[in-house]
Amino acid sequence: MSQTMRLAGGRIDRATTLSFAFDGRLYRGHPGDTLASALLANGVRLMGRSFKYHRPRGPLSAGSEEPNALVELRSGARREPNTRATVAELFEGLVATSQNRWPSLAVDALSVNDRLSSFLTAGFYYKTFMWPKAFWEKLYEPAIRRAAGLGRLSGEADPDVYDKGFLHCDLLVIGAGPAGLAAALTAGRAGARVILADEDFLPGGRLNAETITLDDAPARAWVEATLAELASLGNVRLMTRTTIYGAFDHGIFGALERVTDHLAQPRPGTPRQILWRIYAKRSLLCAGATERPIAFENNDRPGIMLAGALRAYANRWAVAAARDVAVFTNNDDGHRTARDLAAAGIRVAAVIDSREDAPDTPGVPLFRSAVVTGSRGRLGLKAITVRTAGGRTEEIACGALGVSGGWNPNLQLTCHQRGRPRWDDALATFVPVGGPSGLAVAGAAAGIFSTHGALRGGAAGARAALADLGIAASLPALPRAEDAPVRIAPLWQVKGKGRAWLDQQNDVTVKDVTLAHQENFRAIEHLKRYTTLGMATDQGKTANIPAIAVMAELTGKPIAEVGTTIYRPPYTPVSLGALAGRSRGAEFRPRRLTPSHHWAEGQGAVFVEVGNWMRAQWFPRPGETHWRQSVDREVLATRQAVGICDVTTLGKIDVQGTNAAAFLDRLYCNGMAKLAVGRVRYGLMLREDGMVKDDGTVARLAEDHFVVTTTTANAIAVFRHMEFCRQCLWPGLDVQLISTTDAWAQFSVAGPKSRALLERIVDPAFDLSNEAFPYMACGGVTVCGGLRARLFRISFSGELAYEIAVPARYGDGLIRALMAAGEDLGVTPYGTETLGVLRIEKGHPAGNELNGQTTAANLGLGKMVSSAKDAIGTVLSRREGLNGPDDIRLVGLKPLSPADVIVNGAHLMTEGSPVDAAHDQGWVTSSCHSPHVGHAIGLGFLKRGDRRTGEIVRVVNPLAGTDIRAQVVAPCFVDPEGVRLRG
Amino acid sequence: MAEALAPLTVFGKTEARLDRIGALSIAERPDIALASLAARRERLTSLEAAAPAVLGTALPGVSRVAGGTIRAFWTGPAQWLVEAPYDTHEDLAAVLKQNLGGDASITEQSDGWCAFDIEGDATIALLERLCAADTRAMTPGDVLRTTIEHMGCFLICEQAGHAFRLWTARSSALSLHHALTTVAAALP
Repeated sequence: MSQTMRLAGGRIDRATTLSFAFDGRLYRGHPGDTLASALLANGVRLMGRSFKYHRPRGPLSAGSEEPNALVELRSGARREPNTRATVAELFEGLVATSQNRWPSLAVDALSVNDRLSSFLTAGFYYKTFMWPKAFWEKLYEPAIRRAAGLGRLSGEADPDVYDKGFLHCDLLVIGAGPAGLAAALTAGRAGARVILADEDFLPGGRLNAETITLDDAPARAWVEATLAELASLGNVRLMTRTTIYGAFDHGIFGALERVTDHLAQPRPGTPRQILWRIYAKRSLLCAGATERPIAFENNDRPGIMLAGALRAYANRWAVAAARDVAVFTNNDDGHRTARDLAAAGIRVAAVIDSREDAPDTPGVPLFRSAVVTGSRGRLGLKAITVRTAGGRTEEIACGALGVSGGWNPNLQLTCHQRGRPRWDDALATFVPVGGPSGLAVAGAAAGIFSTHGALRGGAAGARAALADLGIAASLPALPRAEDAPVRIAPLWQVKGKGRAWLDQQNDVTVKDVTLAHQENFRAIEHLKRYTTLGMATDQGKTANIPAIAVMAELTGKPIAEVGTTIYRPPYTPVSLGALAGRSRGAEFRPRRLTPSHHWAEGQGAVFVEVGNWMRAQWFPRPGETHWRQSVDREVLATRQAVGICDVTTLGKIDVQGTNAAAFLDRLYCNGMAKLAVGRVRYGLMLREDGMVKDDGTVARLAEDHFVVTTTTANAIAVFRHMEFCRQCLWPGLDVQLISTTDAWAQFSVAGPKSRALLERIVDPAFDLSNEAFPYMACGGVTVCGGLRARLFRISFSGELAYEIAVPARYGDGLIRALMAAGEDLGVTPYGTETLGVLRIEKGHPAGNELNGQTTAANLGLGKMVSSAKDAIGTVLSRREGLNGPDDIRLVGLKPLSPADVIVNGAHLMTEGSPVDAAHDQGWVTSSCHSPHVGHAIGLGFLKRGDRRTGEIVRVVNPLAGTDIRAQVVAPCFVDPEGVRLRG
Repeated sequence: MAEALAPLTVFGKTEARLDRIGALSIAERPDIALASLAARRERLTSLEAAAPAVLGTALPGVSRVAGGTIRAFWTGPAQWLVEAPYDTHEDLAAVLKQNLGGDASITEQSDGWCAFDIEGDATIALLERLCAADTRAMTPGDVLRTTIEHMGCFLICEQAGHAFRLWTARSSALSLHHALTTVAAALP
């Protein structure tokens, strides 16, 4: 028979029955159930095995604080380990599997660990697996990881999508219990922008779990009326299944909305979860409180729960955890559990209250000044042992025990900005003090535990927060509610010989805390790290305070002095998928496309990602089976005829203003002030420390107008640097900057036939002859019948070359026009590989050489650092440390045997000297096969390289085991006199 | 002489892209010319005096848009971007330079950026999944700079809660469009 433990009533929808499976067995439950409540309804108390000792465990709680009832939820790629059964909503077809057990939950071979518990104490691994050292990584750690740990990852890619989002409000109300609902109502009626978020799928908080009345009616009536009113207000956003997991700077909160976790799977394309960033002008924490257990021997058996959880299962989910129950408490709230369970028809075998003045519950046997000293039942509770006031020991048969050691305010969010709570003796718990600016606390989270106090506190908190924002709010009429005071006599542990659990998730017992104390790990943060107390998915919500109290007792200090660990985000677990959002795989970052991208795709280009840009790497032609064939062909075509490359990706920064020339003169180490209008100059930019920052060209289009180019990768960094200089260093200069990188499609047209080709494109009014438009000329032209364009006669390849720019929307048209017009000239498109070969052949430094650790002198460009003026980096480039006798210089490398290959990163060694770091002479920075020279060539940095031309060096790569001989040559393999580019 | 070149949209098409997803429409707007306008040092007052002759209205203040056929939106201290119909104002930068060049630095930006007009009742729901801007609080003529999936954007409110214009870098416009349409399709 199914659901044998189901009671009458509850907040479940009995009209619908849901089937689900746990460990392969089928069960039934109802909408409104959690996996834990549905299993309990079916008489299943055993839901997991503990982390270290593999002890049988059932749920301790009925909420997100759960340490024990962790399962693998769903199957296949959607399998999620360590899911708390107490918050997993039941859906049709749910599949859950217990974890950390073999072969089964009931018979777990590794429960042998429990017998070895006297060895497996805190610090066991650190002390035991110390030798031999080499065994740790290969043997010990893998073995320990196999034995410990909890759930298993699916190992497959997450099939779901996750969104991120951003919300703004006047008041964020965290928690939709009595305090939160009253707060939202107050602020909502005042017209403020309100977000009310609750981690539960059913708003109402503790009101859903209690039998208390509001205005003599069931609390549910007020909750529903309030929710209906909030739903009618356009200025209130109610977010259920949404956990505020962190309080960050300036009123920013992180929220995780579980959009479809209550469904078998999301609708295709819709997000499973949304990670919201909430900007709240004010916030009110109404997160309620969490009950804490009392430590006694074997207090971790399935069936032993928090008293409030036992009550919640009965009242909200109509589930009896067992037919016979008992309650162990040190405060009045435990008696409420006994009353409610008795009223629900469950036999309450006994209430054990540690206090002398415990109140009586009619019809329930009461043990005053008594404690529970132990329990019995291998896979579930069968009986408890009670030590009575008279010192007598009595065994009481029961299948469930509700334990209440008092309630702790859920104040974690007040500590996310290093707020420290205050110990309150009367309440026997920590209460919040302050918190992040703009955040106030109300209700049980503030240590106000009565329903009356929560309702009034929530409303008053909202009104105060809004008053702060200048929004007037009046207090709503709130229902009459119970206003019982907190009556508690602290009791943290019942001393005994056996193990008494403090942190059930990490298997930390009183003995472990005692050991930590004995070994001097007494500070609370040390205790945490030594024992793992308070770590993992529950973050010690039920464990921390009792453990702090035990440590306080051991050290003889008041609890207030021991203090708490720092609570940090997240409040409850957040999946990595939600943190990643849509930034996955190909969508990890934006892709930038060049204006010729669609054309290049049509040509079958192979693309490479460069600084987010997709650039054509080479253009394979039919019959070419290796990239080298394509690249060699492209290089030779460019050197012999004409090649075209999309160079739009190079940063273009427009510099205007009456002081633009002076500005650039300070920015570049070489002179720019006297650059003539209509001329381009190569520019070198240094960092403040004298190292080379970037290089590029500076074109003067008018007296007060320049366009500078940057390397592709540094485009944004250089622009930012220039803005910094403009705004902060030299605000007195009249300069305006703006990026025009994307605005212009720019193509390099290079090769001896480049002029002939461009003459067919550029309108005839413009004379491109060498005399009219010489090397390093620039200017505005029109192309293809009047389209505005810019032409620069610059060369990266060493050939006669130009760069031509048109508005980006015409870029596709221009490449097609150039290709068509140049067909008879042998025009060939080339990609970044060819670009690289051309520049290595010419000896131009690029990213490999401009690596942030090289100076102009290292690059052989020392003379560019003008001594006639000052510029950023000039002075520091002259410092002693950068100008030693052994400094590296850029050199060319030519293998002695033409068949040898030169590889980047190989080190240069003097012939005859040992190959070691002490004798290192330099390294290869760039290398390629040069179809022009017919063998491999390289560029590299070599100590005193400028004085070693002709020397034979060894090019050694100990990683690859290669060692070849090469001759040091000038770093220019093509037309060293520069005749071609001036032709 | 070579034939006139054909302009293409960021999608490599001759026609502007239009997506309708649920109650949302996302329309590419290649038909808007754009130019930047930045006051020269100590010329802000004279630029402000000269601008109405071109814009028909005063230059907008912080985070605002102003103008008619030609309209400007604020992008930073003493900086604006100016919009105009592309068909009639392909030479927008040149026109601005002619009229305001003495007081301002002007660059052509028509093809540096790409505009998408987003319209529909779900516009806020879409934008709040994409950017940190408080779009619900924006009124017509408000403009903000924000980022969407790492991409910088200008966001102009055309109709409160209903219609917005988004300007983004041309080179990454396809990634932005992907983000817009993917999230739009994922809205409840």
